Amino acid sequence: MSWQVLVPLLVFLFAVFAVGVWASKYVQSSHSFLQEYFLGDRSLGGFVLAMTMTATYGSASSFLGGPGVAYNEGLGWVLLAMSQVVTGYFVLMVLGKKFAIVTRRYKAITLVDYLKERYQSKWVVLFSAFSIIIFLFSAMAAQWIGGARLIESITGLSYLSALFIFAASILIYVMIGGFRAVALTDAIQGSIMFIGTLVLLIAVIVAGGGIPAIIQDLYNENPNLITPYGAEGNLTPAYVSSFWILVGVGVVALPQIAVRAMSYKNARSMHRALIIGTIVVGFIMLNMHLVGVFARPILPGIEIGDKVMPLVALEVMPPWLAGIVLAAPMAAIMSTVDSLLILVGSAIVKDVYINYMHPKASNQLIKRVSIAVTGVLGVIVFLLALNPPDLIIWLNLFAFGGLEAAFIWPIVLGLYWKNGNKYGAIASMVTGVALYIFFDTFYPEPLGMHSIVFPVICSFFAYVIISLFTKKKLQQV
Amino acid sequence: MDMRNQIPDKWNQIANREALIGVGLAIFNFAWWYLFAYGLGSKKPEDYSYILGLPAWFFYSCVVGFVVMVALVTFIVKVFFVEIPFDEEGEEDV
Repeated sequence: MSWQVLVPLLVFLFAVFAVGVWASKYVQSSHSFLQEYFLGDRSLGGFVLAMTMTATYGSASSFLGGPGVAYNEGLGWVLLAMSQVVTGYFVLMVLGKKFAIVTRRYKAITLVDYLKERYQSKWVVLFSAFSIIIFLFSAMAAQWIGGARLIESITGLSYLSALFIFAASILIYVMIGGFRAVALTDAIQGSIMFIGTLVLLIAVIVAGGGIPAIIQDLYNENPNLITPYGAEGNLTPAYVSSFWILVGVGVVALPQIAVRAMSYKNARSMHRALIIGTIVVGFIMLNMHLVGVFARPILPGIEIGDKVMPLVALEVMPPWLAGIVLAAPMAAIMSTVDSLLILVGSAIVKDVYINYMHPKASNQLIKRVSIAVTGVLGVIVFLLALNPPDLIIWLNLFAFGGLEAAFIWPIVLGLYWKNGNKYGAIASMVTGVALYIFFDTFYPEPLGMHSIVFPVICSFFAYVIISLFTKKKLQQV
Repeated sequence: MDMRNQIPDKWNQIANREALIGVGLAIFNFAWWYLFAYGLGSKKPEDYSYILGLPAWFFYSCVVGFVVMVALVTFIVKVFFVEIPFDEEGEEDV
């Protein structure tokens, strides 16, 4: 791999690092360490908010995996990916001003803080904190492996050195800069994803001789590639539509996304983020999945989906430009991992340590514990990623769906339905997680839909029925 | 009941209305996406018509659908969304 490819990547890593150092000034001078370190002092503006939501969500799986699947399935997979446009406005509108006001009243710093105040239940807190720690820790480990593999394939370094570079660069800026560093670097990373996918799409269209020629080539190879039904014709409307829950509206319940809906400065920031977020998420999703489809006639026969994007970038562009574009998937992974790292850190420090182990900890002590926990987490993930245990891989499969099934109703109905109570919340969380793992393991794709659908429906009824059933009991107390 | 934890009714109404708008937009978004994709896309591929080189179902569902959503979100936010303060002091920094 040439230096021309490496230089833009190194410049990018350096820029991210510099932002971390700059953000650490705020951490040093903040009056409330917790609020600054885990929530950026609720001061995000519209652009940074939109970018950090999009970038946190657009992870390695969607950035390398997505175009790879689109390469094999054709336009039907781009259609599926476009279900994610809804995340650009839905999360901020539905959690919206109510969540912003309520979490300020509660002085909540984490999602679990909100659930704690809303439901006043130790079991809600412990169940949610531990599901966040377990599921997102696994998701994070899986992303680190993806990040290291990407550096390995671009630079030709060994997996160990690649993992080390990846881990060190992320750990440093997250440890010293906290949430503010994460959000600001996400803004850089989101911008790189936005521009990188656009440049790559244009280059691919030019290399393929224009859109009509590419579509004709796809049609000649297999007419199914230009239908909504996938290469084998097995992407049914029910299956594709069910992704509106998994990667669309259900995203509202992912803790790393929901926490961002309490981090913005004011209503104007939120309004700007709604517009910018919708544009950015739709644009990135459309462009990067089209790149995957359009790459097929140019570079036929790629067997490993994750390699489609790097290979086609190197094929159709000069090396220095490929280097800039390949910073995009790198940025996608980093921006997801850094958010998960700070979130898991906050769950351990704020939700478990301060709540139950050391409520009167001084600001200075909390500061040391927070930075130490972030560092130790990083080292553990690093060690796990060296030789990933099967348990981590298994848990990662359930991470996002499991958290959505657990939290969607306790968060949303907790905001808008006053009769919701702690029994309903616990029932809903347990039902959601258990059914999701059950369906995914034993009965995937019930009625031709993704296994997220039924757990989300059942956990809704669990929440409502148990809340109503226990209403009298709570009133008597 | 602690008065500080009471959200003024006016803010509550605004917040509830905006959340409902979000749900409405998502339903509209889904309908547009689904009807164009499977309405136009269920024909045989040899009968497809094309716009800017893309199959018509894809062009309307994914490209136009995206542009329509951006326009709609922009319009609704600018016209119907209200800037309210989030803190109890009601500071006018918005």
